[in-house]
Amino acid sequence: MFGSLEWSTLQQLWWLIVSVVGALFIFLTFVQGGQTLLLTVPESEDEKSLMINSLGRKWELTFTTLVLFGGAFYASFPLFYASSFGGAYWVWIAILFTFIIQAVSYEFRTKPGNFLGQKTFERFMFINGSVGILLIGAAVGTFFTGSAFTLNDYNLVQWGHPLRGLEAAFSLFNLSLGLFLVFLARTLGALYLSNNLDEPGLVQRLKSASGRNFAYALPFLLYVLIRLVTMDGYALNPVDGSIFIESNKYLHNLIEMPLTLIMLLCGLVLVITGVMLNYFTESVRGIWPAGLGTVLTVLAIFFLAGYNNTAFYPSSLDLDSSLTIYNASSSHYTLTMMSYVALMIPFVLGYIIWVWRQMDSKKLSLIEVVSDKKSY
Amino acid sequence: MIENLDLSMVNWARATFALTAMYHWIFVPLTLGLSFLCAFFESIYVKTGNPQWKNLTKFWMTLFGINFAIGVATGIILEFEFGTNWSNYSWMVGDIFGVPLAIEGMFAFFLEATFFAVMFFGWERVSTRMHLFSTWMVAVGSNLSALWILVANGWMQHPVGMNFNPDTARFEMENLWAVISSPVAIGHFVHATSSGFLLASLFVVGISSWYLLRGKHKKFALRSITVACVFGLLSSAFVAFSGDEHAVLTAKTQPMKLAAMEGMYTGSSGAGLVAMGMPNPLKQPGDDQDAFVFKVEIPKLLSLLATRDLNGFVPGIDDLLYGNSEQDIMGVDEKIVRGKQAVAALAEYKETRKGNNDTQAAAALETFNKHRDYLGYGHLLSVEHAVPPVSLTFYAFRVMVGLGTFFVLLFALYLYLLQRGTLERNYPLLFLGVLGMFLGYVAQQAGWIVTEVGRQPWAIQDMLPVTVARSNLDTGTVMTTFFLFLVLFTVLLIAELKIMARQIGIGPEGE
Repeated sequence: MFGSLEWSTLQQLWWLIVSVVGALFIFLTFVQGGQTLLLTVPESEDEKSLMINSLGRKWELTFTTLVLFGGAFYASFPLFYASSFGGAYWVWIAILFTFIIQAVSYEFRTKPGNFLGQKTFERFMFINGSVGILLIGAAVGTFFTGSAFTLNDYNLVQWGHPLRGLEAAFSLFNLSLGLFLVFLARTLGALYLSNNLDEPGLVQRLKSASGRNFAYALPFLLYVLIRLVTMDGYALNPVDGSIFIESNKYLHNLIEMPLTLIMLLCGLVLVITGVMLNYFTESVRGIWPAGLGTVLTVLAIFFLAGYNNTAFYPSSLDLDSSLTIYNASSSHYTLTMMSYVALMIPFVLGYIIWVWRQMDSKKLSLIEVVSDKKSY
Repeated sequence: MIENLDLSMVNWARATFALTAMYHWIFVPLTLGLSFLCAFFESIYVKTGNPQWKNLTKFWMTLFGINFAIGVATGIILEFEFGTNWSNYSWMVGDIFGVPLAIEGMFAFFLEATFFAVMFFGWERVSTRMHLFSTWMVAVGSNLSALWILVANGWMQHPVGMNFNPDTARFEMENLWAVISSPVAIGHFVHATSSGFLLASLFVVGISSWYLLRGKHKKFALRSITVACVFGLLSSAFVAFSGDEHAVLTAKTQPMKLAAMEGMYTGSSGAGLVAMGMPNPLKQPGDDQDAFVFKVEIPKLLSLLATRDLNGFVPGIDDLLYGNSEQDIMGVDEKIVRGKQAVAALAEYKETRKGNNDTQAAAALETFNKHRDYLGYGHLLSVEHAVPPVSLTFYAFRVMVGLGTFFVLLFALYLYLLQRGTLERNYPLLFLGVLGMFLGYVAQQAGWIVTEVGRQPWAIQDMLPVTVARSNLDTGTVMTTFFLFLVLFTVLLIAELKIMARQIGIGPEGE
């Protein structure tokens, strides 16, 4: 089935798969966003504990999706994996650090014998939800603004900036994308928690927090969108494989890929709908439209970066070192085999949704958290 | 390809990877085995309806959760370290190596992550059977994860199902099934997972023995020991058989590693196995010094284990380095010469292709194809560069095997005394049981030292040395990361141990 497809078709298919995983990851960063709300929303230790226990039932899904995102990129676009991780070294190490300290925080925070103290692990959670997401946004921003690297004849990366990737956070576009993701994650976190918890006072504050945080996210979103449609982009000449700068490249991509434009608009409308639903009505189900909207929006962003003859990991130092989905991919055979494997993804998603529904059919209450000795 | 080679950077990168892998492997084997033990315990609870088994299950699950979290934390670094510290490796073999990693994420991690939440927080939210199913799924997911990562590691030890593409200058996959079903990969999987089951059994036996020594939670401890000892003894058999099979495969695919494991410099037919000994620290390849200060050898046993023939020939380090025409072994010295021709031909091929000189490119390609099997050797710095650290590999192997034998006896003795009803009064054995738990961790680390140190200097056996697999980073950067990880992992390990110790002190509910 897949073996007879053109290599370029498989490359496009795998960009789609990687984009879906990336989009699901951004949706699942409601866990990280929720972690940063712990400082401001709860009014008592019990409320904080309730929020942490709700997030603690989902943190592993986000974490695993990040690992899968890395694994899928490794298998399908190994040259990106090698160039970005080996080149933008410090930004990735910093991101990983924030996820290492998150991984132990839920389990260790309130356990007897925890010599680092409860507050330390709460700080770890905050760092993961703020610095971690900000840097992920900055790293994704380089898909559009480019990075200072070159590749030699053997594709070994040479980085051209001493900060090795951290410099991405000093670009206004990248920083805005990062801050947008931080506030989006906080918005999604508030939406998720308000739907998952059975504590009226806390839920009301979370509903307010969702609207407030989306308002904070808006200026950054607007800046990112305006820059996206006005900035020069890195275009691929499909005939000779060279890369050149094209004015308003991403605007052209939106026009030439109307489905992507529709996805972007629908995504944004759904996120706004979800937030408004929670903020202006009694409903607490805004997480679902906002979640779907997040997935569509991020998918559109990835499509803009990778499709329509665009370099998705451009080099600002040497245009010809830029990576496209065609020069950075695995072989035809590997993409074919991986495509067969990917047929199982709907099954995986199916059982995740099934289990999620079973676990969340009843809202989480303070009584349950306090009475359960296994609580975080 | 290896311009600006900075060996100290490579060594720091190796140290960082070793640090991460060794920390990770403190937690993973316990996860592999304890997940199944929790599933066994809960199955007994569901079958009998006895709430004491439920309490017992919950207690071991608590320890599982504490251990699991830090295993996850160290695991994410390993995956991404391939990109950060070994980016050339990631490019050159990502076409093959990335596949099992992606499959691991897709199938194993999600299974674990999804059902983990049910296992811990679903007691009152889902049915009893659904909960039991979830516990089993966590065990299956954890071990599936081990399968895929060990397929990846097995491929590094014995690369199959691929070819080098001179146009892209990377290795590309040709047969996924060959990669997955490689006997080395399967051997690694069986040996590593069964050793994880063994460690978890030692863990349960050790803590339960501690309770018995303190006169606490007697019924709980005896129940736990019964299940763990049966599991541990069965696992020991798997460890032994897979280890034996592993030795045969190592003799065929990584003879240098086997020679280092035995500290053997001169090969022989009917080679004996050194049961105990002290390698001569001054011994160098090719010199006339004795390889051992002293040794106790079992005649012909090495030949039997490695070749299934009492008089089979087992090559030593010198045979492999300098060749042995009688046994038709090409030496590393010859392989380096051919490898350098392959490296030069590849460079010429790429250069002439860039200049659109097809005739010269075809000639360079022909030369390359003639020597392509030795490409990796072309990057070795000297003949002796092909020798792994001998003493470390030798001692680690003996620690692993010696402790493995001790564990079999320990489980057997525990079961015997359990049957006679005298275990709880046998304080020396209970003390040994507690000690065995710690020794289990030593054996695990020793096993990985044999596997990973013994295959140096190769990232991919015979294909890609670590000096070429590296990223283009300066030494200070990698050294800084090493110390950052060292501090972070050590702090987290201390936190984990203190929390674990406190939970063990609190003991199971309802006892």
